[in-house]
Amino acid sequence: MAISAPDGEPAVSNTYHKSRTWLLLPSWVVLGALSLVPAILMLVYSFLTKEFRGGVIWEFSLAAYDQFFFDRGLFGDDSPTLDWTYIAIFWRSFWQAGAATLLSLAIGFPTAYFIATRPVQTRAIWVFLITIPYWVNLLIRTVSMKFLLRDEGPLNLSLMAVGLIDSPLQIVNTNLAVQLGLFYSYLPFMVLPIYAAVERYDFSLSEAAADLYASKWVTLHRILLPVTKPGVIAGCILVFVPSLGSFLAPDLLGGAKNYMIGSLIEEQFKGNAGNWPFGAAASMILLTIVLVILIAFARQQSRLERGRV
Amino acid sequence: MKKHILTLTTTALLAFGITHAKADGEVVVYHWFEYMPQELIEKFTAETGIEVVMDTFDSNEAMLASLKAGGIGTYDVSVPGDYMVKIMANEGLLDTIADGELENKANIQTQWLDAGFDPGRQHSIPYQWGTTSFSVNRDDYTGDISTTDILFNPPEELSGKINMLDSQGEVMAMAAMHMGMEQCSNDRKKLQALNDMLEEAKTHWASFNSDTAKEVLVSGDASVGMIYSGFSAKGREEGANIEYAFPTQGFVAWMDNVVLLKDAPNRENALVFMDFLLEPENAAAVTNYARYAAGVDGVSDMLDEELRTLPEGNPPASAGPATFIEVCDEQTQAVYDQIWTNVKK
Repeated sequence: MAISAPDGEPAVSNTYHKSRTWLLLPSWVVLGALSLVPAILMLVYSFLTKEFRGGVIWEFSLAAYDQFFFDRGLFGDDSPTLDWTYIAIFWRSFWQAGAATLLSLAIGFPTAYFIATRPVQTRAIWVFLITIPYWVNLLIRTVSMKFLLRDEGPLNLSLMAVGLIDSPLQIVNTNLAVQLGLFYSYLPFMVLPIYAAVERYDFSLSEAAADLYASKWVTLHRILLPVTKPGVIAGCILVFVPSLGSFLAPDLLGGAKNYMIGSLIEEQFKGNAGNWPFGAAASMILLTIVLVILIAFARQQSRLERGRV
Repeated sequence: MKKHILTLTTTALLAFGITHAKADGEVVVYHWFEYMPQELIEKFTAETGIEVVMDTFDSNEAMLASLKAGGIGTYDVSVPGDYMVKIMANEGLLDTIADGELENKANIQTQWLDAGFDPGRQHSIPYQWGTTSFSVNRDDYTGDISTTDILFNPPEELSGKINMLDSQGEVMAMAAMHMGMEQCSNDRKKLQALNDMLEEAKTHWASFNSDTAKEVLVSGDASVGMIYSGFSAKGREEGANIEYAFPTQGFVAWMDNVVLLKDAPNRENALVFMDFLLEPENAAAVTNYARYAAGVDGVSDMLDEELRTLPEGNPPASAGPATFIEVCDEQTQAVYDQIWTNVKK
């Protein structure tokens, strides 16, 4: 290297130092325009008065949050009690997304491990194979899933042909179908970060553990998992968060019988209710919950890191 | 689901329309999915030199939301259902068509000229009209289907095999007929009973879906499906052994209308487009495609033969009344919205 950096710092860190602000500007603009501004807009809307059949009146109101947390009966004039309706919808969504995440992890981790342990020249092909189905539009994949799971679909027909079941399993329009749909939709988001982590894993660590008489389970539990944890966490977040707001799988595979967070919010904007402030409030509550979870996680993570050093 | 596929094609169409816009300009149409034959669009462009740019929606409410969220000023015409014409007029989203601006206005059938939702046809022209009820797969059920009990209190063999339209207005209207009550009721006892009836009925329903209302019947995933008359006819033509029901309690009638939107960027072209659709020949082309009925005189000679005897278009004597969906006031509507939430929570 011609350029030698002082104090043993890598040379590259100073190269763009002066112009860093300018170089980062496009990212800031995109992030600001596409996520910060809409989020602030939602926050503002959630505190406005609803206009009949969609739209807002620019008057401060807490009605949207009141509707979320308090039940005032069918006619709106009972004394308020805690309303479990929307809390239950949120709980259902978290539960569905959590189940889909665990399923993805259970399948995704071994898959990623398998790919990372192939010879270097073939790994790219395996990764390629993982991504191929995802060139197809999400909607079409979700509909295909429905065709696979139908009462007279290939899954039920083949299970019946083998003689495992006598009558078709009712899978479509159940929670299981939603979980399978979410799992299939977001599986690569689990596989790829874990693969990146496992690929960097130094397998001589496993050998060392084996030399010290660690069982395979102990090696996995005490060595491999802690080292690849950042990849696992990234994968879980990437699957969990979009699953939480999904409405395609619940609508198509779950039969839209029970609201999920995504469909509840959609209904406020596109449905008969036309209650924009309530839709905005539900979005803000969701955003807050997700942020709190992520921040708590990040803090715990950094505390652990510091403890280790 | 179809709406998403259509959004893709729409985007493609939009791109096409923009790059090929001619001096004669364009007309920007906000339309239902699968509701206007491509040949008719091409014919319009060939006759007038005006390009059609089309965007689609899948429910009246979704269209309203999109227009209120900033769509006004980008579209020239839209195709709302009867009650939505009234709502849009109340919201001030419609432009007024002055006398003499539409050459073919006289072609509108007399019974539709002074429609309750748009007296004097100041903002709209008829597009198609039809009914909403439900269809039953006759391989799965052979009993009497001329009752709303099939939807709301089904026989055991149909329980769990019912698809409902994911549309509050239509479900509520059918439910009101089932209960024998008015659509915009203020009677608390009746409303509570309606709420309880729907929550109980829901336990018999497999799914809510409007886009795939026809597909679930054709594929056999559902034995009963709430459906529009023309969709049912198409499903039957696609091979499903389904029969469209005309319940004695009544069923929903509707009319879709082409409206002139406020701040239409191509107002002149929009009027040309509306005149084009009022030509009997073109109205007939839509009817032949969509399997509904045109509200235009002089169409009958140009219709497909089977449309005359279409079971979906010819109610038997036993059929109950066909009723339009009513527009409730804000306070009344709030209760119905709450009931809908209770059904779907």
